Amino acid sequence: MMRRLLTYVASLGIVMLFAGCAVPNKQVDYAAFKSSRPRSILVLPPLNESPDIKATYGMLAQATAPLAESGYYVLPVALVDETFRQNGLTVPGDIHATPVAKLRQIFGADAALYVTVAEYGSKYQVFSSVTRVAASAKLVDLKTGDVLWSGTASAATDSSSSGGGLIGMLVSAAITQAVNHSLDASYKVAATTSYRLLSAGQPGGILYGPRSPKYQSD
Amino acid sequence: MINTVTLRSAAFLSAAGSLLLAGCAGPQPMYQWEGYQVQVYEYFKGESKEAQVAALEEGLQKIKAKGGAVPPGYHAQLGMLYLNIGKGDQMVKEFQTEKTLFPEATPYMDFLLRNVKTDTRTDTKVSAAVDAKSGTAAGSSK
Repeated sequence: MMRRLLTYVASLGIVMLFAGCAVPNKQVDYAAFKSSRPRSILVLPPLNESPDIKATYGMLAQATAPLAESGYYVLPVALVDETFRQNGLTVPGDIHATPVAKLRQIFGADAALYVTVAEYGSKYQVFSSVTRVAASAKLVDLKTGDVLWSGTASAATDSSSSGGGLIGMLVSAAITQAVNHSLDASYKVAATTSYRLLSAGQPGGILYGPRSPKYQSD
Repeated sequence: MINTVTLRSAAFLSAAGSLLLAGCAGPQPMYQWEGYQVQVYEYFKGESKEAQVAALEEGLQKIKAKGGAVPPGYHAQLGMLYLNIGKGDQMVKEFQTEKTLFPEATPYMDFLLRNVKTDTRTDTKVSAAVDAKSGTAAGSSK
């Protein structure tokens, strides 16, 4: 009896393990993405729909690693932000409205990533607080203006440590690096959101880029 | 005896567990990130540029020691910081390294190198720039 119960518990455990890796499937049309084959990505300062003013730069600072690990060259985000500032563009909304031809002319990138942060911060509930970061993104071809991919992702405090695989490893590495810094909870959760949103090799995700050994395997 | 059995089964279970998780883990990271993204965030927060240079240089040493790959943007970020602390020559060197590692960076790095040159001229040698301008004006009027 006890043994049967243990077997049951063990197999349930294994099923749950795999369930952790599964992501709900979603049909995405990759035709434009595959014919565009971008090599470099310009990440624009994210639009912020949350009340926390730190959202734009918290997300922007953490967008490089998932895209680069997916095989793309990511233009240096802080320099890109400075270039916009020197041209009088300090508001993400204005930056997102810049014509793609102008972006291509200045930055020489193949594609631009437009991110919108929907939620960024902590909600205090009766017994605990939950920190949640939710964002959406679209990748646009800077030659044609075509949307190559779009997606959404979110993460919350209690889920930030449970990410398995490469994503989990990279996130924990990023946070270990951050141990000595007084980083806020939202910034750490944003790391997970960013990896979930911008990593290749997951259903509905971006495709692997030319620098990845898995390029054109998807 | 019981301890040995327990240990053995524990070892077996953990080996099986790592195999299971290895299935999800996939490949190793392509780049050795060190503190790149944290230093970018420090920059956005307006923290000390000298401290950011020191942290990124220390990161480069660690990458060199482990034989890892420097991530995209790392040298460009360091170059901008060097310009901020008045070391323009170091900036040019870092931007060149970024281009060497990532040829995709070339158009933007060249754009910055062109503009930074004009910027320093107008910032630090305003009179020289004005002279140069009147010089060209005189030249074109000939």
